Amino acid sequence: MAQPLAKKDDDRDDEEYSPFLGIEKGAVLQEARVFNDPQLDARRCSQVITKLLYLLNQGESFTKVEATEVFFSVTKLFQSRDIGLRRMVYLIIKELSPSADEVIIVTSSLMKDMNSKTDMYRANAIRVLCRITDGTLLTQIERYLKQAIVDKNPVVASAALVSGIHLLQTNPEIVKRWSNEVQDAVQSRAALVQFHAVALLHQIRQNDRLAVSKLVTSLTRGNVRSPLAQCLLIRYTSQVIRESGNAQAGDRPFYDYLEACLRHKAEMVILEAARAITELHGVTPRELTPAITVLQLFLSSSKPVLRFAAVRTLNKVAMTHPVPVTNCNIDMESLISDQNRSIATLAITTLLKTGNESSVDRLMKQITNFMSDIADEFKIVVVEAIRSLCLKFPLKFRALMNFLSNILREEGGFEYKKAIVDSIVILIRDIPDAKESGLLHLCEFIEDCEFTYLSTQILHFLGIEGPKTSDPSKYIRYIYNRVHLENATVRASAVSTLAKFGAMVDSLKPRVFILLRRCLFDSDDEVRDRATLYLNTLGGDGSVVETDNDVKDFLFGSLDVPLVNLETSLKNYEASEEPFDINSVPKEVKSQPLAEKKAQSKKPTGLGAPPTGPASTVAAYEALLSSIPEFSNFRKLFKSSAPVELTEPETEYAVNVVKHIFDSHVVFQYNCTNTIPEQLLEDVIVVVDASEAEEFSEVASRSLRSLPYDTPGQTFLAFEKPEGVPAVGKFTNLLRFIVKEVDPTTGEAEEDGVEDEYQLEDLEVVAADYILKVPVFNFKNAWDSMGADFERVDEYGLGPRENLTEAVNAVINLLGMQPCEGTEVVASNSRSHTCVLSGVYIGNVKVLVRLLFGIDSSSKEVAMKLTVRSEDGAVSDAIHEIVASG
Amino acid sequence: ESCPSIKNILLLDSEGKRVAVKYYSEEDWPTNAAKESFEKAVFTKTQKTNARTEAEIAMFEGTIVVYKFVQDLHFFVTGGENENELILATVLQGFFDAVGILLRGNVDKKEALENLDLILLCLDEIVDGGIILETDSNVIASKVASHSIDAGAPLSEQTISQALATAREHLARQLLK
Repeated sequence: MAQPLAKKDDDRDDEEYSPFLGIEKGAVLQEARVFNDPQLDARRCSQVITKLLYLLNQGESFTKVEATEVFFSVTKLFQSRDIGLRRMVYLIIKELSPSADEVIIVTSSLMKDMNSKTDMYRANAIRVLCRITDGTLLTQIERYLKQAIVDKNPVVASAALVSGIHLLQTNPEIVKRWSNEVQDAVQSRAALVQFHAVALLHQIRQNDRLAVSKLVTSLTRGNVRSPLAQCLLIRYTSQVIRESGNAQAGDRPFYDYLEACLRHKAEMVILEAARAITELHGVTPRELTPAITVLQLFLSSSKPVLRFAAVRTLNKVAMTHPVPVTNCNIDMESLISDQNRSIATLAITTLLKTGNESSVDRLMKQITNFMSDIADEFKIVVVEAIRSLCLKFPLKFRALMNFLSNILREEGGFEYKKAIVDSIVILIRDIPDAKESGLLHLCEFIEDCEFTYLSTQILHFLGIEGPKTSDPSKYIRYIYNRVHLENATVRASAVSTLAKFGAMVDSLKPRVFILLRRCLFDSDDEVRDRATLYLNTLGGDGSVVETDNDVKDFLFGSLDVPLVNLETSLKNYEASEEPFDINSVPKEVKSQPLAEKKAQSKKPTGLGAPPTGPASTVAAYEALLSSIPEFSNFRKLFKSSAPVELTEPETEYAVNVVKHIFDSHVVFQYNCTNTIPEQLLEDVIVVVDASEAEEFSEVASRSLRSLPYDTPGQTFLAFEKPEGVPAVGKFTNLLRFIVKEVDPTTGEAEEDGVEDEYQLEDLEVVAADYILKVPVFNFKNAWDSMGADFERVDEYGLGPRENLTEAVNAVINLLGMQPCEGTEVVASNSRSHTCVLSGVYIGNVKVLVRLLFGIDSSSKEVAMKLTVRSEDGAVSDAIHEIVASG
Repeated sequence: ESCPSIKNILLLDSEGKRVAVKYYSEEDWPTNAAKESFEKAVFTKTQKTNARTEAEIAMFEGTIVVYKFVQDLHFFVTGGENENELILATVLQGFFDAVGILLRGNVDKKEALENLDLILLCLDEIVDGGIILETDSNVIASKVASHSIDAGAPLSEQTISQALATAREHLARQLLK
């Protein structure tokens, strides 16, 4: 880009010299005409291309016409045999990203280069062509690409492999045909070729778990030369471990490989392996130790990058496993003064997690010193660490609360301030002694707070907590100041808070009325409306109203309908004579995707972001069921099954069912979705024929009043069954409802509906529904301490099976128990396998199971020895019955 | 997805202005304005650090940036926040050293701009569409230089080994100063 001419007079004239001084797009485009000369000056052309690239690099953009013109003249340069110029031609073609009809012009030139004797031509032509091609061309050049993958020249092979990785996104079916060549390239002696080949091979197979597992198995045994390829392999290994889904430690498959990588000579491999180990699901202290040891060595490295990598990893470990990390405390402390502030922050927050009560004061002093010179996002990390520290050591709240209030007064962005406010709120809630000082800190903060969101949040919180303090009157001033000084949103919020004080504290009521009356003259109607409403409900308008529970409910009660439902209902409500009735809002919680994927595909994000725990499905179900009066006396929920689909995918009505098992009841929760926009279903219920489930008798049901298009809803059925008995049975289901036509243009349903039915698939309650998956952490200990008092042993033939894995999975699914210590993973081609399971049987009886499998190599006949130990002989027998009848 | 990937490589001057940049992740920075504001943020944030002997590292906006400075040139390599820091550092070192070889030890802004073609080719040889192509500086430099056979080009008088020798000599002189 042109530099201002004034620079010429600058005393730094010489320093500022640039070959591109005063460069101007129009002039360069003119210069590009040399590309059309019959006698090409290669050097001149190279220079012009460099200028064009410079312009593009500086953010200059070419119009479509300009780009096309440049592209066409550039294609003429293929006539030149100058290697340097050709290289620049490749570069600019990629930068110009030509359109499909332009690509055709260069295709033949590039294909010629792809078959050139010059390695550089081949490698670059492949990269360029694959970058600009749109796939139609790919079949034509596929043959050359396959050749190139196994080319003797590593640069050519890498070019083809990397292009393959890119093309896999757009043309997977073609690239997948190159498997054999890629497989050969994996054995390449050139380090980078091997890296690219491993990456491509994995991507080709990534959707085939078995193939990935095989790939990993063979590579971990083989000879992987390049450190980059080794890092890849570690990632794939972690993936295999994760997908094998064992929450248990012990003889974890591939752990030995990861551990061996900790002794690799390349630091990047060591780091990758250490990080993989720390991120293993359910990692044990024993598994962690070697990883933490190498990371600790990195902490005192002279390289900042290495220190950062180590402290970042340890910081994450400390969130879940603080104890093993305490060994690094001395090294961590010396990092607090690290020149690199990111390293210092991570060290501090790690120490906050691993430190003990006596070190808190010292740490706080060190933190205060450096808070001012770190970025907001680091400050947030520190604030969150301090919050959890405070909850850990509540006696230290004074020092920590002071720290928080001090930083609250300093400069900072919204996210940072929000983190501080959230922390103070949490401390107030959890540490009673911290309440009064915490509330005052918040009051002072809203006196000078530029964030409306935070002001309203704090005012709401004050309204709940303030009236309960020893001297509520001292908060009134802060709240009423808002009415004078703030925007309408904050003013309205302040009015609500005042009303809450009035409702809760009788002595303050007259003064609150005076303040509320002043608000009646506010310029904003929401503020006036609220003031009027509260004066009415609290009796401030002179009428005699007792501040009874109704009023308190109104002011403090939470909305007992899900906000999503309220939103939908409000959207559907049309202004008319009839007021909106909040009772018409459905209270059913929308069926959430409760069957979330077990494996967390995404790694925890952000510096020190807390690991997101799996949503507590059980708690969600319990809350849902206990909110339904008919089911409230069923006592404790023992188990909820995963949703079972009762309809084929993409049918008119999608229904799945969750089986909730109680001691003497079973509740079926049918999650229904109406996928027809032109229909509204009403009075939806599932009619069940339980004639093949003799021990069950229907006791209650709850229909779904309305099921509009694409808004899931639930209907429930409850059965009584003998207490503590694992009754099994089969239920046939029929969906019954009234269907009303909906006018698609107006969205309005017709008055009259027609009764209709829809056949669903059958549902079974099986023995596995009565067993909870509960892991034990040391199976052998548990087994030994359980003793052989109620041990039952028997042998079973499982018939011919594909392999042992299939047999093992079948039995695990049948029993519905938790595999322990990774024993559900069968080594490939093994002929025998031992698998251990644990669980809790209905009635809270612990059960442990040891399975020994053997497979006949020719007939594929599988035999199994089942040993059960439990606290109750009847339960041990029951487990055998499950297997015998399964 | 699990393949290590580079989001961008930046070469800025001592005022944060572009010498040469290459972005591999258009979805992160879709416009030139977004790119420029990222560069500004990176530059401001790292400006005061001492990244002259060892590569330094910083984390922000959901990325990890490793960087190294020499004279009036600032080298940066950016990756995702979950990326292996040492892989990024290896790429940075490869870029940094390759530029040193190609500029025969005279690594400053003026020299870099005068040989911008070499710098751009160098970037092209290190990463392709976010995937690491090569990290060995000698290999990178030789791939770039072998293309400049053309008579007038700066490196043409020298073979690669000569160029390397000159670079080493130059570095040695600087160290002895």
